[in-house]
Amino acid sequence: MSDAQNQLEIDREKGNFRYDVDYEFDAGTGLNEKTIDYICDVKGEPDWIREFRKDALKKFLEKPMPTHWASKDLDNIIFDNIRYYLSQGQKPKRSWDEVPEDVKKTFERLGIPEQERKFLAGVEAQFDSEAAYSNIKEAVGKQGVIFVGSTEGLKEHPEIFRKWFGKVIPTGDNKFSALNGATFSGGSFIYVPPGVKVSHPLQAYFRINAENFGQFERTLIIADEGAEVTYMEGCTAPKFDTATLHSAVVELVALKGAKIQYITVQNWSNNVFNLVTKRGLAMEDAEVKWIDCNIGSRLTMKYPGVVMKGRGARGEVISIALAGDGQHQDTGAKMIHAADDTTSNIVSKSISVGTGRATYRGLVNVPRHLKGCKNNTECDALLINTNSRTDTYPAITVRGTGNACQHEASVSQVSEEQIFYMQQRGLTEAQAMSLSVNGFINDLVREFPMEYSVELKRLIDLEMEGSVG
Amino acid sequence: MKHLKIDNLHVSIGDREILRGLSLDLPTGQVHAIMGPNGSGKSTLAKVIAGHPDYTVTSGDVLFDGESILEMEPDERARKGIFLAFQYPSEIPGVTIANFLRAALQARLPEGDELEATEYYAKLYEKMDLLEMPRNFTSRSVNEGFSGGEKKRCEILQMAMLQPTFALLDETDSGLDIDALKIVSHGVNSLRGPDTGMLVITHYQRLLNYIVPDIVHVMVNGRIVESGTKELALKLEAEGYDWAIEPEAEPVGA
Repeated sequence: MSDAQNQLEIDREKGNFRYDVDYEFDAGTGLNEKTIDYICDVKGEPDWIREFRKDALKKFLEKPMPTHWASKDLDNIIFDNIRYYLSQGQKPKRSWDEVPEDVKKTFERLGIPEQERKFLAGVEAQFDSEAAYSNIKEAVGKQGVIFVGSTEGLKEHPEIFRKWFGKVIPTGDNKFSALNGATFSGGSFIYVPPGVKVSHPLQAYFRINAENFGQFERTLIIADEGAEVTYMEGCTAPKFDTATLHSAVVELVALKGAKIQYITVQNWSNNVFNLVTKRGLAMEDAEVKWIDCNIGSRLTMKYPGVVMKGRGARGEVISIALAGDGQHQDTGAKMIHAADDTTSNIVSKSISVGTGRATYRGLVNVPRHLKGCKNNTECDALLINTNSRTDTYPAITVRGTGNACQHEASVSQVSEEQIFYMQQRGLTEAQAMSLSVNGFINDLVREFPMEYSVELKRLIDLEMEGSVG
Repeated sequence: MKHLKIDNLHVSIGDREILRGLSLDLPTGQVHAIMGPNGSGKSTLAKVIAGHPDYTVTSGDVLFDGESILEMEPDERARKGIFLAFQYPSEIPGVTIANFLRAALQARLPEGDELEATEYYAKLYEKMDLLEMPRNFTSRSVNEGFSGGEKKRCEILQMAMLQPTFALLDETDSGLDIDALKIVSHGVNSLRGPDTGMLVITHYQRLLNYIVPDIVHVMVNGRIVESGTKELALKLEAEGYDWAIEPEAEPVGA
C-alpha cells in the first residue's frame, strides 16, 4: 500500500471503529412481506402503516433501477444479502445513563453527548434501525416543540404525523423512496408550533454499526406558521468489506412564513451506498434551506429539493461534495416553482481527488403561467489530480415572460504554480492542497454553524493529506 | 554570518540549457543585485534556488551555509530561510492574507506549538503600517484581484513576516509606479540587517537608486560576466548591455 493510501485510511479513523452488540431484534437477510410483518409486529405499528409498507414494497419491486442515467455501481447492491431491521429495543432512552453501555461508548467516542451539552437544543442518536437516545432541553419542550423518533411520532402524535407523512415525497417517487417506505425505521419527527423560534439546532446522529445492513431512517419536520428551526444530521459507519446501504427519506414542511434549515455532514465510510431522497415544501413566504455536505460514502445519490407552493416562498440548496479516491458523489438540487414570486438559489461546489468523481445534477422548473419567479444556479468544480473527474448536468426549464434565471458554472484545477507558491512560503504540498480546497469552499463553509465548520475543515485537511505523494 | 553559495550551476528546462556555470556567494548582511538583459536567466536562477519543479540541475550546487539544498522540497528550503518574492505571484482564491500568513508561520513552529494570535496580529499590523497597507487588506484573498502594486507590496509583507535568512527579489520593481516603488523599497530597506542576505534581480537600474546594493553582478547568457560595486549599475544604465554580450552566444529563454 502506498503512503498516500495509508494516509487516506486515517480520514475515516474517527468513525472507523465498532463494538460488538447483541441485537435482540433481527429481521434476517432479504426483503419480502414477512420482513415487513416482522418489522410491524416488533414496532407494534397500526394497520395503516402496515398497509403503507406493503404498498411501498410492491412499488419497490416493480420499479426498475435508474441505470440509464445513474452509476452502474448501483447494480452491485445485492438486496437479498441485506439485513433490513436490527435493534436492541424500540424505546429510546431519555438519559445517556440508561443507554446500553456498548452503544453509549460508540456515541461518546463520536462526541455526541459533549456536543449536546455545549450547543444543541436536542439530540437523537440512532444506532442501526432504532434511536438509542432522544431528548430535548426542557425549555424547548415547554414551548411545545416535539422532537422524537418517527416510530414515536406516528404513535404519539398521529394527528400531525399522518397529515404530512408521505405527502411531500410520495412512496413511488423513486425506487429507493419506495424501499424506504417499506422498511423505514428511526429518523426524526419534529413539530414546531406557530411562532416558535428554536434558537439552538436540533441534531440527529445516524450510526451504522452492523455489517450487511441497511439503514432506512425516515424524517418528517413540520414548522407551523411563523416557526423557525435548524436541524443538523451527522452520520458515520465503520469500514466493512461488504456494501452497506443507507436509504433515507426526509420530508420538510414549512407552513406560512416558517423557516427550516436542514444541515447535513455526511461522512459515511467508503463501503456505504448513500441513496437519499430529500424534499421540502415551502408555503406562502416560507423558506426551506438545505445545507448539504457530502464527504464520505462509496456512491452518494442525493438531490435535495424544494417545492415552492406558496407565493413568495424561497428555496435554497448549498452543497459541498468531496469525492475522494474511488468515490462518486452524485449530488445536486431540485427546485420546483409552483407559485408566483418564488425564489430559488442553488450553490454547489465539488472537489474531486484522485479517481474521485463528482457529478452535479440539477433540476429547476418554472412553468409558463407563473410570474415573478427567480432562480440562480452556480456550480463550481475543483479538480485536484489529472485523473479526477467532474460532470455537470443542469436542467433548467423556465417558461413564461415574467421569470428570470441565471446559471454559472466553472471548473478549475489547483495549478502547479499555485502549489509551488504556497510551498515557497513553507507549507508542505499537502498543507498547500488543503488550503486551496478550503479556500475554494470558504464562502459556503461560513454558512455552517461554527462547531460544524471546524469539523468540516478538519475532515478536508485529512482527506487532502492522502491526495499527494 | 551565513552564506548562500551557488557553485558552477548548470540548469536546463527540457533540452535547453539556461544557466551555464553560474557562481555566486551571497553572505548575510549584504545586498547583491543581479542585472541583465531579458532572457539572460535571472528569473530562472531565483526559481531554481527556491526549488521550482520545472527545472533540472545538471551540474553544480546550491549551498545554504555549506549544506546542499538541491535535494530539498521547496517548502523545506523555505522553512530553512529562503524566500522568493515572485515576479508573478499566484492567486489563492478564498484564502485570506491573514490566514495564509498564519499557516505559513504555523508551518515553521515545532509540532504541537500553536501560533499566538495576539502577537501575530500585532506583528502583522506593524508590518502593514510600514508598507502603508490598509487594515482591511488582511481579509482579501491572496493576490486575487490585486493591482500590480498591491501584489508586490503583498510579497514584501510576506517577506517581512517570515523574516528569511536569504531573500530573492525577482523583478520586484516591475509594474510599480514611482510612489509604490518608494514604499516597497522602504519596506525592503527596513529588512536589511546583519542576519539577512538579499539578491535583488532587476532589469532596470531605477530600483537600485532606492535599494542600494553592496555588489552588482551582470548576468548574460546564463553566466555572471562581471561583478562590481553599485557604480557598475550606472554604467549599464548609460551604455546598455551590448558591451557585455558575447557576439557568438545565442540568446536563451527567461
